[in-house]
This record gives sequence, structure tokens and C-alpha cells, in this order.
Amino acid sequence: MDIAIKDGKIVEKVEGKGVKVIDASRMIVMPGGVDIHSHIAGAKVNAGRMLRPEDHFKDVEVKTEKTRSGVGHSIPSTFTTGYRYARMGYTTVFEPAQAPLKSRHTHEELNDTPIIDKGAYPLLGDCWFVLERLAKGMIEECAAYVAWTMRATKGYAVKIVNPGGLEAWGFGGNMRNIDDTVPHFNITPREIVQGLCKVNELLHMPHTIHVHTNNLGKPGNYVNTLETMKCVENLAHGDKPVIHITHCQFSAFKGRDWHTFASGAEEIARYVNNHSHVTLDMGQIVFTETTTMTADGPFQFILYQLTGNKWINGDVETETSTGIVPFAYKRKSYVHATQWSIGLELALLIKDPWKIYLTTDHPNAGPFIYYPKIISWLMSRRAREKVMRKMNKRARQKSLLSTIDREYTFYEMAIATRAGQARALGLRHKGHLGLGADADIAIYNIDPTSVEPSKDYQLIRRAFKHAAYTVKGGEIVVKNGEIVKSVDGKTFWVDVETSPSVDEFVPRLKQVFEDYYTVQYENYVVPEHYLAVSCPVHTKAEI
Amino acid sequence: MVVVLRPKRAFKLPVEAECITPDSFAGKSVDEIGKLKVWEGNRERSLNELFSVEGEIGAKPEEVMVKIFGDVHKVRRIGTQMSAGEIVVHGDVGFHLGEEMVGGKILVDGNAGSWLGSMMKGGVIEVKGDAGDYVGSAYRGSSTRGMSGGTIVIHGDAGNELGYYMRKGIIKVHGNVGQFTGVHMKNGIVVVYGNSEGRSGAEMTGGKIVVCGSVPSVLPTFTVEAVKSRVKINGEKLAGPFYLFKGDIAEEGEGKLYISKASNAHLKSYENLV
Repeated sequence: MDIAIKDGKIVEKVEGKGVKVIDASRMIVMPGGVDIHSHIAGAKVNAGRMLRPEDHFKDVEVKTEKTRSGVGHSIPSTFTTGYRYARMGYTTVFEPAQAPLKSRHTHEELNDTPIIDKGAYPLLGDCWFVLERLAKGMIEECAAYVAWTMRATKGYAVKIVNPGGLEAWGFGGNMRNIDDTVPHFNITPREIVQGLCKVNELLHMPHTIHVHTNNLGKPGNYVNTLETMKCVENLAHGDKPVIHITHCQFSAFKGRDWHTFASGAEEIARYVNNHSHVTLDMGQIVFTETTTMTADGPFQFILYQLTGNKWINGDVETETSTGIVPFAYKRKSYVHATQWSIGLELALLIKDPWKIYLTTDHPNAGPFIYYPKIISWLMSRRAREKVMRKMNKRARQKSLLSTIDREYTFYEMAIATRAGQARALGLRHKGHLGLGADADIAIYNIDPTSVEPSKDYQLIRRAFKHAAYTVKGGEIVVKNGEIVKSVDGKTFWVDVETSPSVDEFVPRLKQVFEDYYTVQYENYVVPEHYLAVSCPVHTKAEI
Repeated sequence: MVVVLRPKRAFKLPVEAECITPDSFAGKSVDEIGKLKVWEGNRERSLNELFSVEGEIGAKPEEVMVKIFGDVHKVRRIGTQMSAGEIVVHGDVGFHLGEEMVGGKILVDGNAGSWLGSMMKGGVIEVKGDAGDYVGSAYRGSSTRGMSGGTIVIHGDAGNELGYYMRKGIIKVHGNVGQFTGVHMKNGIVVVYGNSEGRSGAEMTGGKIVVCGSVPSVLPTFTVEAVKSRVKINGEKLAGPFYLFKGDIAEEGEGKLYISKASNAHLKSYENLV
């Protein structure tokens, strides 16, 4: 069958002379890859680049006629990020932690990230204005503020990181569980998640709330993760998801401490298999040296204490916090090897591929360039066993992987790497090849009729590493794994239409800026012309 | 089997020549060596555009001896990652000599630039003249890849931050050193036969630093432990007496800092604390 492209869209057919034809017979044709969670731009990413000169000098990309030079292994520079994603056939990537105050920085870097379409999620789970309104039960005013933030920061979804914990961290504390009270605000993480989930529904946001759970990276946290998923269970309507638990591998730990550490993947998978209101992404570990960076300041501090490595911890005024620590995942470490196993167990035990997506939480669990490796682990039991033979013995004996026979098919893989993510993000024109879809297409040089992924996993790995063709918006940008053209990607943001009456909160917001911020209300807003290619997604709110 | 390289002209721009190693020369003909690529400023050139190449080349790296005659103080990264064989430089040499070296030997008649033997894992480097800053250090800003083996001997002076993030191996300086010798040091040995400009061992957590000459002062995060009559370094006995300091306490460090008593009369008050 043929796929026709005209003016950057997929159409029924094209006619006339000079039509360019790509022969993709005996190859796999997929929609362009979509990455729901990858830290590629912003103040924290750039601080990570500055912290790690040794990350750059070993991984250098030389300037060519079509591309600019760049450096970086775990935190590549912006141009290199765009090229490397495009080479793997990815065309849409979302930066999941945009401190609202630092939005300009995020968008400046996103503007400089070529080829891929992108967007960013503002961090709202610890913002004073949100906490105050939710503690008083003022859901509508909170919703009005969130709608304003999306416009002001050109954000795409509500991101919640360690709800309440980051605010407590400002006073040296943290949230022990979902019912702990945030100091000075008289609110619990449960109420924050539920409140923002209601706000998200009121605003008809395209994506659900995007949650990084409390106690992330601590043994025994799977209980808390289950509680977080349960707390919004009754807010769901029908089969539509209302919460996305991100890099779930880091939130599926069992045990009392690092010695009794074990996998909680089975419990999480059982819950997710029985409920339809939740989606996950993997946060799969890769054994390599990388840089961890999250808005979760307290967790990063623990990581610094564990490793003794150089570190950054930061505070963004009344909004959020941040932390960065270089980290190396080692095969022979019991904890790291178990973490590796947890990510894959989650992906293989959750039966519906529409519910769990492939990510490494780049660069936290590993740089995104290792996606082809993870694809081969998911598609081939033999590939998994090969890694297991070399990893920590105790972790291997305890791992559930030896009991799991499931291997992803190409269709399931396409869902986990593009279709599912596009659906979760509410991107109607991405993640499929139907009529009217954006002409973002990845062509991989594997013949699905003759290749057996379970045996030829090396072939799979090679093919997904260098796409035969990547088409972005109807233009061929990659051919045989090389960039042949660099185009500008769009920046998605959500433009929520609210009724004029809700703007009554603006004077109160101005007062907040007057009282607490170093920046004035007028200077805070990122104007639309600041984005290289602005692509607003319009929704109509119930307020 | 000796290969002789002579620069054809005085270089104005830095030349990046990590191909000048016994490992990349081994088993090649003179012509093939001449075709190896180097960067002069932002231009890529072949080695024989910049150097005349002659001599005989061994089949294995350990059979190759590279001799460089002339001033190559603008040429960087000679001997990068070399594993065996020998490089002799009759003249001054530029930055990053013997970077990430694993084995073999490098001898320099003149002076060497900064980052001499940085990230070195093994082998021997000997410099008859002076060396620049960051001798045997980690990559700038890195905290993971300091010198982890091998020996560096400098007969002249060395600059600042010698042995930055050092993990193993030994550095000997017969002349004087600048500030921050052994900063962030984890393990290994640094011996300074001359004077130091001070701040030795800042943030060190292990290893040994010996200063036989004078120091302006000792960092306040070091505590005096004892007065030792001599120090033994790899079988060599250094006659003292030496003050033994431990630190850096700010990092809960267990590093040992030996300072000559004879050359540092102004440190006498420390004896009351022993």
C-alpha cells in the first residue's frame, strides 16, 4: 500500500508530475516516534551541562554541511539532541520539567532544538499559589491560575513532582507519605494530586496530570505509588485516563532499606491491569554513566549522600526546586541490576501496551540514544537473558524476568514508542498514519515478514538506531541514518479558553508577584512571538 | 626501530596531533604515517604537511620509538592513550602530553605544557625542564578520572593544581610547585623536593603529599598529628624531620601531608599541638 503526503499531511493520494517516491518495500513504516518524558531543555538541563564537562569531550559531533557541531553524551547540546532523536526516527519530544519562572530559558533552548516538535510541562505541584487555593478548596480559582500559567509559560501539561515535598524541602523536610502535611500550607500530597486532577478535568487539558510520585527512589515506595493511583480512581469518567505516573521504575521499589530492596513491579502491574484511569512510562535503566536531574531536590540530595559525587541543588522562588548529580549504573550492583529488571518487568507484566510507554526519563536512567537497546530487550527474551548473565547474581536470582516469556511484537512496539504516547498526550495528528495525520514518518530497514526479533535482536537494535528515512512534516530529514535536511520543529502549548469572569483573580495574582517574586507580573509572561514556531492547542474550559 | 619527526616550520596555531603515538604508528609505512590526520587550528591536515617523517617502524607498538627534534610547543596531545613503546622529544612540547596514557615511556628534554599526563593510567613520563599546570590531573571540571597509575618525574618546576583528583600513581617534582598541589586527591603520592606556594591538599580525602621545601602556611582544615624523622616513599627514604598533617577535615579526609620542619621555622607553633 502507498502513503501519500502533501503539504506536510497524509492525504488520500497525490497526482501530477515530479512526485517524489520513497521505496519502502521490505521495510517497516511507522509514525514518527513520540517521547512523552525527556529532559532536553531548560535551566536545570543547562546547569547539568555546566556541571559535567567530562560528559562532553568524549562524545563530539563534528559540523557537516547540513548540521551544526555539538557535544554531550548524557546531556547533549540542543542541536545534537534534535539530530540524534531524528536519526532514531523520533519526531516529537516533550520536556517534562519546566520551572514556570524559567520558561523563557526552556523555550530558548527548545527553539534551538531542530527537527523535532516539542513542548514543556510547567511544574505546578508545589507552587504557593496552587497550594493556597487547593488548601482552601478554591478549585476554580486554581483552575483559572493553571489556565493562565499555560498561556503565560507556553506550557502543555500539569507536571507534579513529589507533591508537597519540594515545598517542605525549602525548610529541610520532605513528605514521608501521601497523607503527610505540607508545613505552613495545611494540605497533603493526596489533596494536591486530587485537586490538580480536578483542575485538569475542568480545563479539558489534552494530557492528564503528569505525576512524579512522593518518595521516589526510596525502598518501599510502591505502596505510595499505588495510593497515588488510587486517590484519583473516582475522578475518572469511563475508560479515559486521568493520571500519568512517570518513570514508574523509580516508584516501584519494595523493601525496608537498600539491603532488603526488591521489585514491586508485580503489584503495580496488577493494579494497572485492573484499572483504566492510569498510564505509565518506564524510566528504564541502562547500564552506563549518566546525569540525574529532577525537580525533586530532596531526592537528589539523598543521591548525593549515596554517591559523594559533585552535585547541584536549587530553589526556584515560590515554585519548585531542583537537583543534579552525575550517576553511573553498574551491572554488578544489586540495586542497579534490580532497577534494570523492574523497568522491564513493568513493561512486560502490564498487558496493554497503550498503558505503558518506553522512556528512560532521559537522562536520569540513561541517555535517550539507548532506546534501540531497550526495544531489543522488550522484543527479545534472548537479549534480556544475555544482559542477565552478566549482572549481579542475587539480582538475577530474584528477578521475575526469567519467568516472563512475553516478547513485544512490532505493533506493540509501535504503540509503546509512538501511538500510545501520542494518544496519552492528546495529539490527534501524531502517532498514526491515517488521513489528516502529520506527515511525521519513520522508516526502518527491517523486513518484518522475514526477521525474527527474538533471535535477530542485534539487527533490530541497528535498524532502530539509524532510521532508513525520517520524514518530518513531509520533508525527508534523515536518510540512511544521516541528517540530510534540518527543519524547525513546532512548539506545542495549550491555549485554554476560560470565561472572562474568572479573570477576577488577576489582581490577587499581581499582588502575589508584588509580595513574593523577583519578577514582575508583566515581565513573567512569555509572549507567543518568543517561540520559533508556535502551535497552540485550543481547549475550552468549564470555568 | 626509530621514527624521526621534524617540524617543517614553526607553528603559529595549535596543532592537535593525538596520532603521534607508537600505537598508531606501529605496522605502518613512512608514507602511511605521513597521511595520518592532524588539526592545525580549524584546518585538517596530513602529518607530512607539518612534519618530515623518516626512519623504520616496528610492527608492534612496543618496538616503536618516536623521536621528535625541534620546537613542538604548539603541538598538543602527543602520546594520547599510548600503551607501549617510547616517545622522546628533543625540545619543548605542548599541552596534554601523554594524556590517558596506559603504558610505555615519554621523555622530554625541554619543557612540557599544561595537563601533562592528565588522566594517565600507567607508564612513565620524565621531563627534564619545567611543566605547566594540572600535571597528572583529571579533565577540567571532572571528578571521576584523575591520574590512576604510572609515574611522572619533573626535574624542573611545575604549576598549579598538580595531581587534581589523583587516584593512584606517583608524581615527583624536583623543583618548586604552585598552589593547590594534590587538590581533591583521593589516593596516590606526590613528592615535591622544592618549595610549594601553599594550599596543598585542599579537599584531599586520601593519599600522601610530601613537601621537602618551604610552604607559606598549611590550610586550617588540616590537623597536626606528629613529627616524623623520615618518610618512606616506594622504598626511597626522605630524611626529615617532617610535620605530619591529616586532612582535609572539611571532607572528612584521611590524607597525609608531610611538611619539612627544617625549611619551615614559622610552623613551629604546631609542635605545641602534637
